[in-house]
Amino acid sequence: MKPPPFDYHAPTSVREAVEVLAEVGAHGKVLAGGQSLIPLLNMRLAAPGHLVDINRVAGLGEIETDATGVRVGALARHAAVERSAAASLAQPLLGQALKQVAHSVIRNRGTVVGSLVHADPAAELPAVLALLGGSVRLASVSGEREVAAADFFTGPMESAIRTGELAVSAFFPAWDGGTAFVEVARRHGDYAMAGVAAAVRLDDDLRVTAARVACVSVGPAPVVVDITEACGNQSVASVDWGAVVAAVQERIEPEADIHATADYRRHLTGVLVERAVKAAADV
Amino acid sequence: MFDITLIVNGVPREARVPARRLLSDCLRHDLGLTGTHVGCEHGVCGACTVLLDGEPVRSCLTFAVTVDGHEITTVEGLAGPDRPSPVQRAFAECHGLQCGFCTPGFLCTTTAFLRDNPAPTDEEVLEGISGNLCRCTGYQNIVKSVHRAAELLAEEPT
Ligand SMILES: Cc1cc2nc3c(=O)[nH]c(=O)nc-3n(C[C@H](O)[C@H](O)[C@H](O)COP(=O)(O)OP(=O)(O)OC[C@H]3O[C@@H](n4cnc5c(N)ncnc54)[C@H](O)[C@@H]3O)c2cc1C
Ligand code: FES
Ligand code: FES
Repeated sequence: MKPPPFDYHAPTSVREAVEVLAEVGAHGKVLAGGQSLIPLLNMRLAAPGHLVDINRVAGLGEIETDATGVRVGALARHAAVERSAAASLAQPLLGQALKQVAHSVIRNRGTVVGSLVHADPAAELPAVLALLGGSVRLASVSGEREVAAADFFTGPMESAIRTGELAVSAFFPAWDGGTAFVEVARRHGDYAMAGVAAAVRLDDDLRVTAARVACVSVGPAPVVVDITEACGNQSVASVDWGAVVAAVQERIEPEADIHATADYRRHLTGVLVERAVKAAADV
Repeated sequence: MFDITLIVNGVPREARVPARRLLSDCLRHDLGLTGTHVGCEHGVCGACTVLLDGEPVRSCLTFAVTVDGHEITTVEGLAGPDRPSPVQRAFAECHGLQCGFCTPGFLCTTTAFLRDNPAPTDEEVLEGISGNLCRCTGYQNIVKSVHRAAELLAEEPT
C-alpha cells in the first residue's frame, strides 16, 4: 500500500530540526533511514501528521572512535558502521551484531540510532547498547541530555525519547574482554526468535572474572543478566552451564507468536547463552 | 508538491511529487521507468532494489523527495551501449530467471555486490542475494548466474 499524506520538513541543521519538532509536537515523527518507519506508513500502521526528514542535517553522519568507545551519529548508516575498521577495533560487538541486522541492502539505508529509537525487543542493537551500558544523546530546543541504556528502553517499541526530542548520537563503550552475538532466526536476515549478546573477561588463568549477556526477543526490552557469579570463577571449560542458563532463564519473559512458542524461546535462549559466552571467551 | 531532480541512469529527470511519493512509484509512474518492480512494499522481497549513489537500496522504503539531487541507477541503466551488461548476460545464459518479476532487483543487487566483491565464495553469494526473493527459480540458477557474472566481469576489458 501507499503511505498516508503528511506534511514534510527537511531541516538542514540540528537547531532547525528540533525547532520543527517542538512546533509540530506529538504529530511529528523523525524520518532517518526509513527502514522501519516507511513499512509502517506503507502498511498504514502509522499516520503521523508531520515527518521531519533528517537526511539533510549536517554533521550527523559521524562515527567517532577512541579508547573509551564509539560514538555513532544519527545519520551513520548500519553499513557505514559495519565497514568502519576503527569502530570494529574499538568495539567489535557492533560489527558482530550488525551483520545480523536485516540484509545488507536494508543496512545501506538504516541507521544505528534509528534502530535504538525504534526499540524493537527483537532488534540486535538495543541489546548491544544495553549490554555495554551505553547511552543515547537527545537534543531538543531546551538543550541536550544523555540517557543511559538502562533508562532508555522502556518497553516494546518504546524508548525514553520525549515529544520534541531528536536523538543525535549513541555511545557504545569499549569492553576490555571478548564479545559475541549469536541468534537464531527462521531465515537469515529476519528478526531473531532468540538472540544473545555476551561480554566476557578472563584472567591470566582463563577463569571468568566478568560475564554478562543481553537477550533479545524474550522480554519487552533487552534483558541484561550479569552471570559472573553463576560462572563461579571457573575456566570456561569447567563452568556449570546448567546454573548459568538457569540464572538467565529466571530473568527472561518470553512470549509466543507465529514464529515460536514461549517455551521454545526459553530453550533457545539457554542454548545461545552457552554458545555466546564460549564464543566471547574465544574457546 | 515538491519539484525534484533525480539523476536517473546518468540523465537529470525532473518530477513534481507529493512528499509521500515512494521512489519506486516516482520511477515507475512519474518517470515511466517500469523496469523497477514492486512486490511487497515493505522491504522484504527486494524486487524494487535500485542503486542510490551506487549502493543498492529498497526504492519502496525511500521517499523520492529525500533523494532529490541524488544519482539513481535502475535496471534500465545497467546495459552497455550495444549489449546487456555482464550481469544481465550471465542471468540470461544460466537461466537465472523464469517469470522475471524478481530479476530487476537481483540484477541491481548483484551488480553492486560484484563491484565490491569480484570473486565471491558460494557462501558470500548466498549472503549477498539473501535479501531478494524469487518465487520461480529455486535460486540454484541465480547463484550460478552470480558466479558466471563474476567470470564475465573478470574477462571484461577495463
Ligand atoms: C526486511 C527488513 C528486515 C529487517 N530486519 C531487522 C533485523 O533483523 N533486526 C533489526 O534490528 N532490524 C531489522 N529491520 C528494521 C530496520 O533495520 C531498523 O529498525 C531500521 O533501519 C531503523 O533505522 P532507520 O534509520 O531506518 O529508522 P526509521 O525507519 O527512519 O525510524 C524508525 C523509528 O525511529 C525514529 N527515529 C529514527 N531516528 C531517529 C532520531 N535520530 N531521533 C528520533 N527518532 C528517530 C523514527 O521516528 C521512527 O519512529 C528490518 C527491516 C526490514 C525492512
Ligand atoms: S517492493 Fe520493495 S522490497 Fe518488496
Ligand atoms: S523469476 Fe519469477 S520470481 Fe524470480
